Amino acid sequence: MSAALFEYLLRLGDNTLVLGHRVSEWCGVAPALEEDIALANTALDFIGQTQMWLAYAAEVEDKGRDADALAFRRDVWDFRSLLLVEQTNGDFGKTLMRQFLFDAFNVLNLTALVGSADVRIAEIAAKSVKEAQYHLERSRETVIALGDGTQESNRRMQKALDVLWPFAGEMFVVDAVDTEMQKAGIGPDLAALRGEWVAIIQPVLTSAMLTLPESDFAHKGGKTGVRHSEHLGHMLATMQFLPRAYPDAQW
Amino acid sequence: MYAQMIKSEATLDDPEKLAAFQARIDAGDKIEPKEWMPEGYRKTLIRQIGQHAHSEIVGQLPEGNWITRAPTLERKAILLAKVQDEAGHGLYLYCAAETLGVTRDEMTEMLLDGRMKYSSIFNYPTLTWADMGAVGWLVDGAAIMNQVPLQRTSFGPYSRAMVRICKEESFHQRQGFDIMMKMCKGTEAQKNMAQDALNRMWFPSLMMFGPSDKDSTHSVQSMSWKIKMNTNDELRQKFVDQTAPQAEYLGLKIPDETLAWNEEKGGYDFAEPDWDEFFEVLQGNGPCNVERIEARQKAWDDGAWVREGLMAHAEKRAALKEAAQ
Amino acid sequence: MSDLKKEWPLWEVFIRGQHGMSHRHVGSLHASDEEMAILNARDVYTRRNEGVSIWVVEAKHIGASSPDQKGPLYEPSNSKVYRHPTFFDIPDDVGAM
Repeated sequence: MSAALFEYLLRLGDNTLVLGHRVSEWCGVAPALEEDIALANTALDFIGQTQMWLAYAAEVEDKGRDADALAFRRDVWDFRSLLLVEQTNGDFGKTLMRQFLFDAFNVLNLTALVGSADVRIAEIAAKSVKEAQYHLERSRETVIALGDGTQESNRRMQKALDVLWPFAGEMFVVDAVDTEMQKAGIGPDLAALRGEWVAIIQPVLTSAMLTLPESDFAHKGGKTGVRHSEHLGHMLATMQFLPRAYPDAQW
Repeated sequence: MYAQMIKSEATLDDPEKLAAFQARIDAGDKIEPKEWMPEGYRKTLIRQIGQHAHSEIVGQLPEGNWITRAPTLERKAILLAKVQDEAGHGLYLYCAAETLGVTRDEMTEMLLDGRMKYSSIFNYPTLTWADMGAVGWLVDGAAIMNQVPLQRTSFGPYSRAMVRICKEESFHQRQGFDIMMKMCKGTEAQKNMAQDALNRMWFPSLMMFGPSDKDSTHSVQSMSWKIKMNTNDELRQKFVDQTAPQAEYLGLKIPDETLAWNEEKGGYDFAEPDWDEFFEVLQGNGPCNVERIEARQKAWDDGAWVREGLMAHAEKRAALKEAAQ
Repeated sequence: MSDLKKEWPLWEVFIRGQHGMSHRHVGSLHASDEEMAILNARDVYTRRNEGVSIWVVEAKHIGASSPDQKGPLYEPSNSKVYRHPTFFDIPDDVGAM
């Protein structure tokens, strides 16, 4: 049980860690100051959520590690983040489309987790879901505006959707860990969230004049750690540089 | 400072109006955007507030350089929050300048094509994590020294922006010093890193206040207009007096052999920075001038379709609303 | 200079804090429309938990008194000192009032 719970918490914490890192890469170079500030808020929310998820994961593991040790001292194959969140930022459109697809899932997942049988998870979810709802409101508005905006912005948003779509399906893939969590009343049935997720994104994409790709093909391997993208290793090389180069240092 | 070498613009206005304007300033009145003001006052302010805003925005880059490499989750959050504040401060200042009849986009273009400047300090590289400490401690420390009195500046929108900025900045210098303390109490390598950062940042920090008053021709007019509150040398002296004991507390050595307490003047004696280097940096020959402007230019160009897309959508929606009425 | 590109309009932002005070002007920002202006205001001006309600008004829609009218508009109230509590001398032995 605690092995599966640890694994499950890593999935939650690694998603926010990796996506928070990606979004923070925009700081100082966003298309407008207002967007720069908004993206930093999103990244800050994710870093805060990461601290909570990974701190709890470390407690459950009970091997003397803490949230920072989990974030900064694991290698690619130990990460349990979705392939979607480790995709590179690309242009602002790709970043916002990635954000929107994840936000819609995140709100549903966290809303379910608020009722988790695990009290700690329920508490973290209750705090996080409010942040996630705001993220979704903002990414939804931006996706609609840019999809509807100019020919150029529509073209870029459609391209972003096409590129990211094959990474969306992994959010709803259920494996043994998810099943065990569901049976224990800790986590939701991810497969069942898909319908609600489509109900959120479909009208938005229609307002945004975007076409949902037909293929249901989904890349897998991120949340199980079996096969991450090449991008993750480069991200970790940057992110983990200091703790790796100066293993004895306190920061 | 964030606004260095601001040239006061000449004013050709009616002497009577000028005298009445000066009387208002002397009486401590705030000047508001739609009120009469000398053309020189307006132009000087645009240049000064614009330069200050640009410094905040370009200043995001050297610190942003370490957000993705911050060594703990907490440090990452703190640094990101701080650099985000700088974007906010740039935004407040651009808005203040906009009340004087120039748009943010126009100011951005003037930054990119070199007609407007930003502080020399941001043309230096941040090479190690200790630089995040040194920048917060020294650069923000120097900035605060200038910004606190600017809350009393005569131009209302500028003064209000500075009040907000000062309130938010209070944690910036502390987080820098906190990093330095941790480094100095840490491993040998960390301590060396901290000393190295101080060695590189010390003189560029002193340069932030601008050249000595005896070479600064523009101070008099700006000071009588209360858009410059202290002389460069006053602030530099105050900065050294405040910082030297802090360095001692950290166990670091300020890279100036001549630095010594002068009982008689009640302040430290210290060496002048290399002003030739300062002027070279202003001319574009600092270590990072090219990269900084390139980064801003790229963000501006890459963001154009986003700004235009959002605007186009807003216009379509407004047209639909109108048609429905 | 930027005549071909349309700059996002300027908005004035008003925020009501948690303690029931009126909305207060906190500053300005740029946004393409009202919806984005509210979102941007939330991100720019409530980073430190400053507010629970946001108003945005496009700056061009703000009506403002003219600075030349400063005298006529505000000086009359200067002479109505009886509107201020300090106008009245209440003996100390009456207690707090």
